[in-house]
Amino acid sequence: MATTSTTVPSAGPFAGSRSFLARLREGDEIARLITLLFAASVVLITLLIVYELWQGSVLPRHKFGFAFLRTSVWDPNFDNFGALPFIFGTVVTSAVALFIAVPLGIGAAIFLAELAPARLSDALEFFIDLLAAVPSVIYGLLGIFIVVPIMRDVIQPALKNTLGFIPLFKGPAFGIGFLTAGIVLAIMVIPYIISVSREILLSVPRDQREAALALGSTRWESTWKVVVPFARTGIMGSIFLALARALGETMAVTMVIGNTPAIAASLFSPGDSIASVIANQFTEATGDLYTQSLIELGLVLFLLTFILNGLARLLILVTSQRGSAHA
Amino acid sequence: MKRIAGILLIAFGLAAVFVARAALSINGAGASFPEPIYSKWFDEYHKKDPNIQINYQAIGSGGGIKQITEGTVDFGASDGPMNDDQLKSFQDKHGFPVLHFPTVLGAAVPTYNIPGVTAELNFSPEALAGIFLGKVTKWNDPVLTGPNPGVNLPGNDIVVVHRSDGSGTTYIWTDYLSKVSDEWKNKVNKNTSVNWPTGLGGNKNEGVAGLVKQTPYAIGYVELIFAIQNKMPYGKVKNSSGEFIKADLSSVTAAAAGAAKDMPADFRVSITNAPGKTAYPISSFTWLLIPSKFSDASKRDAIKGFVKWMLADGQNETEALAYSKLPKEVVSMELKALDKVQ
Repeated sequence: MATTSTTVPSAGPFAGSRSFLARLREGDEIARLITLLFAASVVLITLLIVYELWQGSVLPRHKFGFAFLRTSVWDPNFDNFGALPFIFGTVVTSAVALFIAVPLGIGAAIFLAELAPARLSDALEFFIDLLAAVPSVIYGLLGIFIVVPIMRDVIQPALKNTLGFIPLFKGPAFGIGFLTAGIVLAIMVIPYIISVSREILLSVPRDQREAALALGSTRWESTWKVVVPFARTGIMGSIFLALARALGETMAVTMVIGNTPAIAASLFSPGDSIASVIANQFTEATGDLYTQSLIELGLVLFLLTFILNGLARLLILVTSQRGSAHA
Repeated sequence: MKRIAGILLIAFGLAAVFVARAALSINGAGASFPEPIYSKWFDEYHKKDPNIQINYQAIGSGGGIKQITEGTVDFGASDGPMNDDQLKSFQDKHGFPVLHFPTVLGAAVPTYNIPGVTAELNFSPEALAGIFLGKVTKWNDPVLTGPNPGVNLPGNDIVVVHRSDGSGTTYIWTDYLSKVSDEWKNKVNKNTSVNWPTGLGGNKNEGVAGLVKQTPYAIGYVELIFAIQNKMPYGKVKNSSGEFIKADLSSVTAAAAGAAKDMPADFRVSITNAPGKTAYPISSFTWLLIPSKFSDASKRDAIKGFVKWMLADGQNETEALAYSKLPKEVVSMELKALDKVQ
């Protein structure tokens, strides 16, 4: 996250004094061009994805226009396609996931970076990296065989009995649905938040901590009031990484979300997400409008990720400015 | 060193030429439902005729239709017949038609999980359509208790489970419901995925089976083969003669035999709700999609040779893998139709 260096130094003071050829011979220019090419490839790939998705979804864009985003019927037989339930499901499951994963993940990262003995911290880090590398289909199976029965038999009835007056926790408890998908996603993204946040916290300079301690703050005060705010931008970065993973997750979600394109207030209700419906239906989709509508869903997911990432960056900008004003 | 390298190069070159001569490689893609039997057939046929190597990718029926239309494979395979638009777009692109050849039969069966009920349930078409339309919502609805005298069906809510992925099994299931219920036909109709009026979606047979097993008072549908191999309980369904028939290899073949006398020349026929006292009503063919013209004569002869073998010796191997074989009437019709491939 701290990659905001301004201009490339080599192109700075010497740029005018030597000829292009001389720089080329010395290798600086070659290195610059090659790395520029690599950097440009990222932009190129992004543009190519957008172009392909845009070109691939001509029919539904012309037929439905913006109604594609507003309507909620998905009917291949009668050529009616609306993306709203899938957008809803994607956003809701990701929100539930972050709601659970952010406090847990950051709390664990603080413990590992600041409070735990170094050996314990390193040992646990090994397990966390291992968790981050588990394939998502395994999390899906874990969801079906462990989370779903627990949700159906224990958690959902308990929530119903205690918080049942809130619309979020009403309706029949199947064990699958938005809440379960959100929980499985949370389990999947917590390792990312812990791992990245821990690294960021560990990279906070020692003198920051020492200064706080020297001023008479307790260990927790130095951690919470000095180290964590110092690392805030990086921690935010770990949350975006988690959000991006949650938005695009396919296998684990499709196995526990119920695959029913529905918009419901209750988190117990089965739903569907964009990535899940594409994975489910693309291979067997026949007819141009149907396949192109699925491609347009891909475009919507891309834009959704883009917008949410933009909003998150805006949030960083605002909070970091406030932070510097304090300092 | 150089000499050794030279010799190796020549050896590799010769080997490449030899391999290319020896094996004529034929590529197909499509339905995943018949993939186990197709793999077995292609393997056996390769043993019988080592010069012919048939490769098959189980990418799904939709993919099979797409790829054969685009001409990227030598043959396609599908659990649902191509519709008129799809046939026309093939004809427009290539200038000649594509032909359907039934290979084996499959069926979809209703499976359920009602705590306390171990009896094999009888399902009428009205019951199945009502449940999947979301109109029959309790297990003790008269439409269910009527055909099941002596079974103590509870008053709990029915939880409907369907496939979430596009699938030939869904096509068979919805094709059947469209035939027995006008409301279903007008509201939902048939396809590999549909706009389900109610229920939860499970991914593949495993997903549906898992949800049904885990969720009390659930009902879903799975492929017959999957139910047999996993020893799942499933119900009988009332056929067009009014008999409650349990799906098995012979009752599915009987459905094809019942439909054989009205078989259209292009084999594009649905055999759900087929006539015949012993016919299981939610059955279907699965098809190979073969172009009627080949520019490469050796490929044409290889594919025709394979289909001939498949219709004779190949049919004897289906039941070991729990596929129902084709009735004799259909086999002889297909042998005649094979002459259309040129």
